[in-house]
This record gives sequence, structure tokens and C-alpha cells, in this order.
Amino acid sequence: MIAWTIYISLAGAAGLLFVPAAKPCLARRTALLVALAGLVFAIVGVTMIPAGQLTDIVNAPWVPQLGIRFHLAADGISLVLVLLTGIAAVAGVLFSWNIEERANEFFALYFALIGGVYGVFLSFDLFLLFVFYELAIIPKYFLIVIWGSTRREYGAMKLALYSFGGSALVLIGLIAAYVVAGAKTFDLVELARHPFSPGFQTGAFLLVFVGFAVLAGLWPFHTWAPTGHVAAPTGASMLLAGVVMKLGAYGALRVAMTLFPAGLRAWRTEIAFLAVIGIVYGALAALAQRDFKFVIGYSSVSHMGFVLLGLATLRQIGLSGAVLQMFSHGVIAGLLFAVVGRMIYDRVHLRDLERLRPFQLNKALPFAAATFLLAGAASMGLPGFSGFIAELQVLLGAWQSFPTLTILAGAGIVVGAAYTLRALDKAFYAPDTAGPAERPALPPISLPERLGALTLLTATLAVGLFPNILLNLIQPALASPLMRPVWEGGAM
Amino acid sequence: MNPDWAWMRLLVPEGIVVVTALAALTCDLIITRRRLAWNRGQAAGLLSCLGCVAAIWWLAWRPGPGNPAMLALTPLTQFLKCLLLVLVGFTAIISMRAKFTRHVGEYFALLLLATVGMMLLISSNNLLMIFLALELLSLPLYILTAFNKSSIASAEGALKYFLFGSVAAAFTLFGISLVYGLTGEIDLDSIATHLRAQPAKPAFYAALIMILAGLSFKLAAAPFHFWAPDAYEGAPAPVAAFIASASKVAALFVLAKVLLIGFINQAGSAASGAYAPGWAPLLATLAVVSIGLGNLAALVQNNFKRLLAYSAIAHAGYGLLALLANPEQGLPALLFYIGAYGCAVLGAFAVVTVLEESGSRARLVDLAGLSRRSPLLAFCLLVFVLSLAGIPPLPGFFGKFYVFTATAGGLRPLGGLWLVVVAIIGSVVSLYYYLQALKQVYAAPPLPDCGQLAWSWSARLAISALCAIVIALGCAPNLLLSKICAAIQTSTL
Repeated sequence: MIAWTIYISLAGAAGLLFVPAAKPCLARRTALLVALAGLVFAIVGVTMIPAGQLTDIVNAPWVPQLGIRFHLAADGISLVLVLLTGIAAVAGVLFSWNIEERANEFFALYFALIGGVYGVFLSFDLFLLFVFYELAIIPKYFLIVIWGSTRREYGAMKLALYSFGGSALVLIGLIAAYVVAGAKTFDLVELARHPFSPGFQTGAFLLVFVGFAVLAGLWPFHTWAPTGHVAAPTGASMLLAGVVMKLGAYGALRVAMTLFPAGLRAWRTEIAFLAVIGIVYGALAALAQRDFKFVIGYSSVSHMGFVLLGLATLRQIGLSGAVLQMFSHGVIAGLLFAVVGRMIYDRVHLRDLERLRPFQLNKALPFAAATFLLAGAASMGLPGFSGFIAELQVLLGAWQSFPTLTILAGAGIVVGAAYTLRALDKAFYAPDTAGPAERPALPPISLPERLGALTLLTATLAVGLFPNILLNLIQPALASPLMRPVWEGGAM
Repeated sequence: MNPDWAWMRLLVPEGIVVVTALAALTCDLIITRRRLAWNRGQAAGLLSCLGCVAAIWWLAWRPGPGNPAMLALTPLTQFLKCLLLVLVGFTAIISMRAKFTRHVGEYFALLLLATVGMMLLISSNNLLMIFLALELLSLPLYILTAFNKSSIASAEGALKYFLFGSVAAAFTLFGISLVYGLTGEIDLDSIATHLRAQPAKPAFYAALIMILAGLSFKLAAAPFHFWAPDAYEGAPAPVAAFIASASKVAALFVLAKVLLIGFINQAGSAASGAYAPGWAPLLATLAVVSIGLGNLAALVQNNFKRLLAYSAIAHAGYGLLALLANPEQGLPALLFYIGAYGCAVLGAFAVVTVLEESGSRARLVDLAGLSRRSPLLAFCLLVFVLSLAGIPPLPGFFGKFYVFTATAGGLRPLGGLWLVVVAIIGSVVSLYYYLQALKQVYAAPPLPDCGQLAWSWSARLAISALCAIVIALGCAPNLLLSKICAAIQTSTL
């Protein structure tokens, strides 16, 4: 059932190509319908599939000569991310409601991307996973280069080459693993059983982990993220920060760490170190930006650092925090980009924090201000929002393994509060120097924007208040026979 | 049945193509001469296409494996001929509306004669026969490259192609004569037997290098690629399509044959840590240089045909990698790869043909706004180019993946991984220029004086069919791969 998330998205992408370009309204409605259908399938899947064990959905031979199978399956971790994708897809469509030019092509590419993302989260054959992973790269490029803004050609190409470069590393590692295992299979579960030698694991893990982590914004390979996010149109930056960066983190967890647990143990300190640099550097860089969208772009790097730190802790609580943080950041980053890109930029065509001052946005767009206030609070990790419980778990896990680094990461949270408050203050609550008469009139916040914001806010609040909704999916999955070797016995 | 006739029967497919060539020539001279050029083109093109279909039908339904003198007809060679004829058939369809020449009959006759050369090349089992077939293939190609008589670039490209080609042919012939002098054999199997019995002399390696150089020229593998960019740019687009697809398929296969049958004991090894002299290190060098040079030079091209030419050089390099693998894995990988590559590059040049027929040139900026001038054509180009770039789920990706897996595992566990690393880096670089072209198609606004693109039903049919084939092969590689594997299992190479 949950595999229909992939099929309906890809079918939607193909179908949208046939919607006449002159009817953007039809394209939008179709897109919303497809996204909602995907979300419904995702929710039904979450309720039907047991979280604690790997449940096969489809497992058929695809290219028997190489042992490639069309193997879709799901466990709790996949379910959480599929759910996130469903939510982000719906919200992204709602915030792309104002796309008029070539709307059919926009949404076709959008759903090709979404289909690829669903596919990655559900694939348990490495070849298939890789196919879906690369399938997601090309639509990103076109979404940015056609509908993007600031330096879009640069940002799009940089993003495409970084992603493709990362996937090249992954490909080298996967081919090496396939050849060494000699079992003529790309099945993740079967390959995970193969006892790779520790020396091989150390090398292959580095390739595959770094390859995936490029897309997760691992410092120093993060530079595509801010430029790409800034250049992308709102819907695409929501997806980029919301789900595409999660592809990288998911791949690192699901492929690199599951196949090569000994490699993870060899490199965990270095990874944790880079992750913490990412947290602190991202936060400090966000503090120094003038462009509102760059603030959010760097904050994404910072928050994804928590995911990577959680992965390196080798403790169940840290990993659980990492997965929860993937969900949480996906929702919150989407919301922040929606406010900056859609609610503000599309109305005032400015993103410079200093120049936003005369608009008195808290009065002109109170809904945007309130949304940003809540999203900012969630992003800072205030209790009651999803970010709090996720980052808390990561820090608890990390404290047991890397106390010094954990303190630095904690400092990153403080800087995180600082840049969020700075942006909030400068963009929305700057003192009123001009009279109300000089304030340009702005179009009011539309219904799709309100619905989109409410969807995302509901998600972050629901998970913040009742984290067990997701923890009941994540924890059993981490305790399953497939994932247990990843963290068990990893304590120092 | 009398034995001479049985012998002839095996050459019926080649015969059909020869007869079609002559028929196209005669028909054009006698019957349709007075008509308009494009009417004549349609007639001759349809005739050529029918000839190809008839030959395919014969190959597919009347398989007659056997070994007439100097030729080996196995299910594998028959299969490859079918693939070639499909590519030629599509080339004929996209040439129908050609405006670059009035000599329609001669054009199609030469195209088909070159095809006969390829078919013989694929099945020949004998160095002398290989040389003759190569010449039969090359001479029509030189003329076809120069076929646009109103264009200086066409003449220049053809002259370069011819000069380099004749030197390469001389090298090949010299190499063959050395091999003959050393072994007293020209038959590939006998050469292998002879070489197995006694160690190779230094002169043999000189011969090997010469033959390899001659065949690499046909493949346009660096450093024997100098003719390719000019010839591809100058030649009429359908001819460039033919050179890039069908002729490359034939050349790669014959190279595989010469090396894997005749010189199998002189392979040596290019595996890291297990170097041994032989053709494998040479081939590895050719592959690495082709991949590096092709991809880097393509980055700075502003003409789409030149870009495809350099990308074709890189693709020759990827193909050579497959020869370094264990033949059990490498051969199916190679065949799938060149099949996928042939379809995609033919499609890309077919799109260029449509553009040239509409009066524009083939610079990258001429692709601007194609998605608005003709959404279908733009989508097909997207599919072809992404397949060349190796983006899943298109067959270019699976082909590369298969080749890489075979190469990485073939030499000795992970011995070929360094080659795979080079090739994958090359692939990443290539994405840049492919995306530059696609950016023009989808993101740039059309040039001011360009309206909707009008294109003929024949081009529409051919390009859509190629696009459908490419997508189908990508989603279900097994369609082609199972046939390749079956053909390989039932035949010795």
C-alpha cells in the first residue's frame, strides 16, 4: 500500500506534463490532489506496517543477471521519513500556489523529485535505492534553474554537481562492496549479513558515508546548501531543506552504517567532530547574514549537524534523536523557507534584513510574523516543539560518547537562539520609524499559505507534545535485527 | 541442396542490403529523378528502411549459424547485426527530408554500402577480411561526411577524416602483415593457437600497437580522436549520427573480437598491483585518456555537435573498460552499453537533424527555448542526453553501472577499481556539459526570430520511437540484456 506513494507521485509527474500550459489552475489542483493522495497512502502505511520489523512490500527480480531486485520494504525509520515526505509535499504544493509560468512543468518536476524521495526511503535493494537517489537530483536542477531567483544558474549547477559527486562516491563504495561480497546481490539485508573485513569496511564506509553526507550538509561539503536553498523557488527550497537533505542522512544511516558497522566505529570521532563544526559554523554563519534566506540556509546546515552528530553517537538514544531530528528539521525548515520565500519575498521582493525594516512586517503581515515566531521557537528548540525532544536526545547520546563536543554543540544551540531572534527582530519587530502612511500595501496572506503553514505547525506541535507518535516507530525499528548491530556495543 | 548455395544462404542479409543499395540508386536515377528532392528522399529512405527490415527479418527468423570461409556466423554476430540494422534504419528515416544534397540515391546507396561493411566486419574472423570490411565501411563514410557540398566545414571534416583514416588503415595493414609474418596465420583462431604455443616476440607487440591504433581511430578513442570533432561538426547531422552510433558499435565489437580471440593470451593485466605487459595496460591507458580528454574538452564546447563528438570520445573510453573485465561479465556489459549508447547518441543527432532542417545551426544557443518551440522534441532530447550522462532510470546509467561492476570485479577482486574511479569522476564532470545543453533547452528563452518548430512526420516517428526504446530499455534493461546473454551463451565469440 505504502509503495503507492511512489507510483502515484511518478504517475502524477507524467500526467502533469499533459496538462495544458495555459491552465496553471488545473495543474495546481492536480498537484494538490497527487500530494494529498501521497500523504494519505503514507498515513495508511504508517498505521498498517509494524514498526519493529522490516516488512516487504514488493520483492521481484529486476535484472537477474546482476542480482538486482525491485525490493521495496519499510520499517519504522522509513515510515517516519515517508510521513515527513508526505507532509512536506502537501505543504510545498500549497506554498507554490502562486506559480503561474509553466506551472505544469513545475509540478511535474516537483513530483518526479518527490517520487524519487519516497523511493529512496522505501528501497532495500541498493541498486534501486541508488536509482531513486539520482532520480531526485535532476528535477532539483531544473526546478532551480527555471523558476529560481538569486544566482540561480550557479546555485543549481553547484547543487547538481555536489549531489552527483556525492553519489559518485557512493557508487564506487557500492560497486566495491558488491564485488567483494561476491554474492551477486544488491539486497541490503543480505549484504548486511556479509562479514566484510574491518580494513575494507573502514575504506568503503568512508566513501559511502561521505558520499551521502554531502547531501546532508556535512561540513565542509555543505556549501551547496545555502546557495542552492537561496536560489531555489520556495516550493523547491522547502523540499530541498525539508526532505532532500534527509536523503543524505537516511542513506548514511541505512546504507553506510548498516553495511559497514566496523567502519563507523573507526570514523565516529571524526564524523562527530565535523558534525559539531557544522553545528557551530552554520549557526555563526547564519548570525552574520544579511540575506534572510541565507540565514535559514545556514541554519539548515547547523540543524543537520545534529542529525550527523546523533548518527555518530552509536547509542540508541542518539540515533533515535537523529531520526527524530530529520523529521523535525524537515517540517521546521520547510516552514521557515515558506515564510521567507513565499510570504515575504514574493510580496516585497526583498530579502535583505536591513531593508525589510520599513515594511513593518509584524503589522503588515501579522500571520507571517506569528508563523515565523512559532517556527523560530521550534527551530531554537523550545520545549513543546519537535526540535526540543530531538536535539535533547542527540545531546544525551552524545554526552556519553563525546562530552567536550557536546558542550560545543550546546553552544551551537545558544547561537541558534541568537540568530533566530536577530532575524525575527530585524525582519518583523524593528521599531516603527516610518509612519503607517508610508508603509506600502501588501497583498494579504492567501488561503493556501494559511493551510500550508497550519499543516506544518500542526506537525511540529503534535510531535513536540506527543513525541511517542514517532518514537514508537523509531525505537522498535532501531531495536530490530537489521539496525541493532549498528549501535549495539558501540559505547566507549 | 548444392553446397555453394548453402554457403551463399548465409550471406543473404548482406545481400539484401546490397540489393537495396543498388535499388535505391537505380530507382532514384530512373524513376523519381524528376520529382522534388524531398519526395525522392522519402522514396529512397523508405526503400532503405524496408531493406533493413527485410534483413532483420531474415536474421531473426532464419538463423543460419555456420562458418563460411573467413566469417563466423553465430547467434551473437546475428544479434549484433540486427542491432546495427535497427540503428541504420532509424538513420535512414531521419535522412529522408535531408536538404543538404540533391544526390539522394547516392546518399542512401553509400549509407547502405557502409552498412554492409559493418555487417561483414562484425562477422569476419580473419584479419584480412577485417581489413577489407573496415575499408568498405570507411570509404563510404568519408564520402558521406563530405556530402554537404555547399559547406566548407563538411569538406574540411571529410578531408581530416580521410587523411587520418588512411594513415590509420596503413597502420592496421602493417600490423596485420607483421602478425602474419610472425605467425604465418591470418585467421584469428589460428593466431591464438600459434601464440599460445610460443611466447610473443617484441615485434609482435609492435604489431599489436599498430592494430590497436588503427582500430582506436575508428572508435575515436583518444589519442586517435583528432578527426572526430571536425568530422562530426562538418558532416551532415544524419551522417554524424551514423558515424557516432552504428560505426562505433561495429568498431568496438571488432576490437573485442581481435583482442579476445586472436590475442587472448597476450592480454597482460592492468589491475592495480598486478601489472603485466600486454594489451590490457594499453587499453587501460587508451580508456583513461579518452575519458579524461573527452570529458574535459567537452566542457568548453559551444557547438552541440562538437560537444557530442567529445562526449563520444569519452564514451569510447567507457566501452574500452568493458574489454578489460572478465569476458563473461565484460562482454554482455559491453554489448548492452554500446546498444544503449548507440540509441541515445543517434537520437541526439536526430534532434540536431531536425534543428538543421529548420534552418538553424547546431550551436548550444540554437537549442535555446526548444522546450517552448517543440515540447515533444525537447523531451526526447532530454531523455537522450540524460541517458548519455548516465542518469537513472535510463539505459545509459545501467550500461555504465554494468561496465563498472564488470571492470571492478573482472581483473581480480577490486584490481580494476582504479579504472572505475577514473570513469566515475569522468561521469561527474560530464554532467556539467550535458546540463549546460539542457539548460538551454529548458531554461533559456528562444532566440528572437524562432517560432514554433515544424518537423516532419518521419522525424517525429523516428525520434519518438527512439525515445520510447531508450525509456523502455532503462526501465527494463532485461529486455535487451536477456537476449544478449542468450546470444552469448549459444555462441563462441
